[in-house]
Amino acid sequence: MTVTRPNPVTPQLLAGFGVAVVFAAIVPHLVSDFTSFQFTQAMAYGIALLGLNILTGYNGQFSIGHSAFYAVGAYTAAILLYHFEWNHYATLPVAALVAFVVGFLFGLPALRLEGLYLALATFAFAVATPQLLKFDAFEHWTGGVQGLFVPKPEPLIEGLSADQSLYYVTLAVMVLLMAVAWCLLHSRSGRAMMAIRDNPIAASTMGINTALYKTTVFGISAMYTGIAGALSVFVTEFVAPDAFNFFLAVNLLIGSVVGGIVSIPGVIFGGLFLVFVPNFAQDISRAYPFVPPPWAIFGIFLILAIYFVPFGVWGAVERAFAWWKRKSAA
Amino acid sequence: MDLFLQLTLAGLAIGSIYSCVALAVVMIYQATDHFNFAQGEMAMFSTYVAWTLVGLGAPVWLAFLLAVGISFLAGVVIERVIVKPVENAPVLNQIIVFIGLLVIFNSVAGWIWEFTIKPFPSLFPEDLGFKSTLIGPHHIGVIALTLGVLALVFAFFRFTRVGLAMRAAAANPDSARLVGVSVGWMLALGWGLAASIGAVGGILVAPIVFLEPNMMAGVLLYGFAGALLGGVSSPGGAVLGGLVVGVLENWVGQYVPGGSELKLTFALILIVGVLVFKPAGLFGRVVVRRV
Repeated sequence: MTVTRPNPVTPQLLAGFGVAVVFAAIVPHLVSDFTSFQFTQAMAYGIALLGLNILTGYNGQFSIGHSAFYAVGAYTAAILLYHFEWNHYATLPVAALVAFVVGFLFGLPALRLEGLYLALATFAFAVATPQLLKFDAFEHWTGGVQGLFVPKPEPLIEGLSADQSLYYVTLAVMVLLMAVAWCLLHSRSGRAMMAIRDNPIAASTMGINTALYKTTVFGISAMYTGIAGALSVFVTEFVAPDAFNFFLAVNLLIGSVVGGIVSIPGVIFGGLFLVFVPNFAQDISRAYPFVPPPWAIFGIFLILAIYFVPFGVWGAVERAFAWWKRKSAA
Repeated sequence: MDLFLQLTLAGLAIGSIYSCVALAVVMIYQATDHFNFAQGEMAMFSTYVAWTLVGLGAPVWLAFLLAVGISFLAGVVIERVIVKPVENAPVLNQIIVFIGLLVIFNSVAGWIWEFTIKPFPSLFPEDLGFKSTLIGPHHIGVIALTLGVLALVFAFFRFTRVGLAMRAAAANPDSARLVGVSVGWMLALGWGLAASIGAVGGILVAPIVFLEPNMMAGVLLYGFAGALLGGVSSPGGAVLGGLVVGVLENWVGQYVPGGSELKLTFALILIVGVLVFKPAGLFGRVVVRRV
C-alpha cells in the first residue's frame, strides 16, 4: 500500500520565502551601516536559535547550555583567525565541524538522560564554560581572561561596506541553513525526530534507532549554534570568556520561546528580539529608576510568554493564518 | 597529614552546605519531579535579606531565623502564584519558568544590593572555648547547625501528621487527594521548606565565599552533583552525596593539577559521570518507564 502525502513545497511557501529573501537583500541599502550590523547580529542569533529549535522543538531534548556550543564555534573561529591567520570564511566549516563533534560527544551521555537530566547536564556545561575558557593551561590559545581580538572580514564585493558585506554573508548562511533544516524536518529522518519527541518508546518500537537519532540531532544542533558563534565573532571582532556565561544560554532560550520553539521562520523574530529589546529595556530602566533592571524584565517576560503564548510569534502567525483559512472557507 | 585532615574537615563543612542545597532540590524533585534551577538564587536572595536585617541592627541569630521564616513564606507564595499555572504544562515550560525565576532573583538582587562583594558575619563566635589547628570555628558551627537542621527535617517528615501528608502527596497525589490531603498546599509547603533549607545553606556559605548575587552558582552546581550522587529519589542519600562532593572538591582542588581553577568543571564531570554510570545515584531507586 502506498500512502500519498501532499507535497510540502507549496506555491505559497515558495512565494513567501522569495519575498522574504528579496526584502532581506534590499534592507542594507535602506538603513545605516550600524543598523545593518545589528541585523547581522540578529541573524547570527537566529542561526543559533535554529539549532535550539531543531533540538528542543522538533526532537524534544532540552538544552539550557547552548551558550557552550556558541562558545565552541566562536573560539574555534577566533583561534584560527588569530593564531593561524586563516581566511574568515574558511573558519566557518571548521567551527561547524568542531561544534558538531563536541555536541555529538556531549550528546552521547544524553542518550541515557531523560529530559530533565539533560537540562541539568547542559546547565552544568553552561555554568562551567567561562571558567574552562579562562583556564591557565589554555591561555596561550584562548587569550585567558582578556580573550582575543580579530579583524573584521574585508568586503567581498567592491562598493559594499564591510558591514553590508558581512550582512549578505550572514544572510546567505542563514538562508542555506534554514533550507537545510526545512528539508531535514520534512524528510523521513525529520518525521523520526518528531516521533521520538512525541513518544520515545513507541518510536523505538517502530524501529527508529532512538539513540543514534538523539545523539546526531544533538550534534547538528550544536553545529548550527557553533556556526552562529563563529559568525558572531566576525561581527563583534572579539571573544572573551564572560561573553559566554549562563546568561547567553538564557538569552538563546528566550529567543527561541519568543520566536516559537517549534518553528523555523520564528528564529528571525527571536534574533531581532534578542538584539533590539535589551537596548529598549535598558533605556526604560535608565529613564525610570523604579523600573527593575533589563534582566528582571526579561525574566518576567519569559514567564509571561510561557503562560500566555507558549507557541511564540510564529506560532501566533500560524494560528492566525489557520483561523483566516477556516473563516474564508466557511 | 595535617593538611589532608584540614582539607577533609573543611570539605565536610562546605559539603554540609551542599547537603542543604541538595536536600532542598530533592524535596522539590520528590514532590513535583522538577529540578528547581532557581534554588540557588532564592537562597542568595534570602541571604541578602538576612544581611539587610543585620544592617538594621538585628542580632545575627535573629536575622538568621527571620530570613529563614521569610524564605518559607516566599517559597509558599512562589509555588502558589508562579509555579502552579504550569503544574500540568510540558517539562520545557516548567524549566523555562525556573530559568525565568533564576534570572529575576539574580538581577533584582544586583539592582537592590549592587554587585559589589559584601562580607557576611558568621553565626558562630570566634572563640568556642577550645582551639584547633585543623578546623575553624565557623566550619565547626556549620557542620553542627546543618546536622541539627537535617535532624529537624527528618523528625518533621517522620513524626508529624503534616510531614506524613506531604510524603503521601509526593508519593501518590491521586490517592492522597482521595483521603483528604490537600495536595496543592502540600506542594506549596514543600516549596516553603525547600526555600528555608536553601536559605540556611546560603547564610552559612556567605561568610566563606562572600556575599554577591552570583555566589550560589557554584554551590547550586555542587548541590545538584551531591543530589545526583546520592540519588534524587533519596533525601538521606542527597545529604550524604553533598558531604562526599564537598570533600572530593577540596581533595581535587589540592591534589589534582589545575583542580583549584576548574572547580565548576569538576562539578560538571561529576554530574555527567553520575548520570552516565549510575543514573539512579548511590541510594536512589531505579525507575522503569512503561508505555
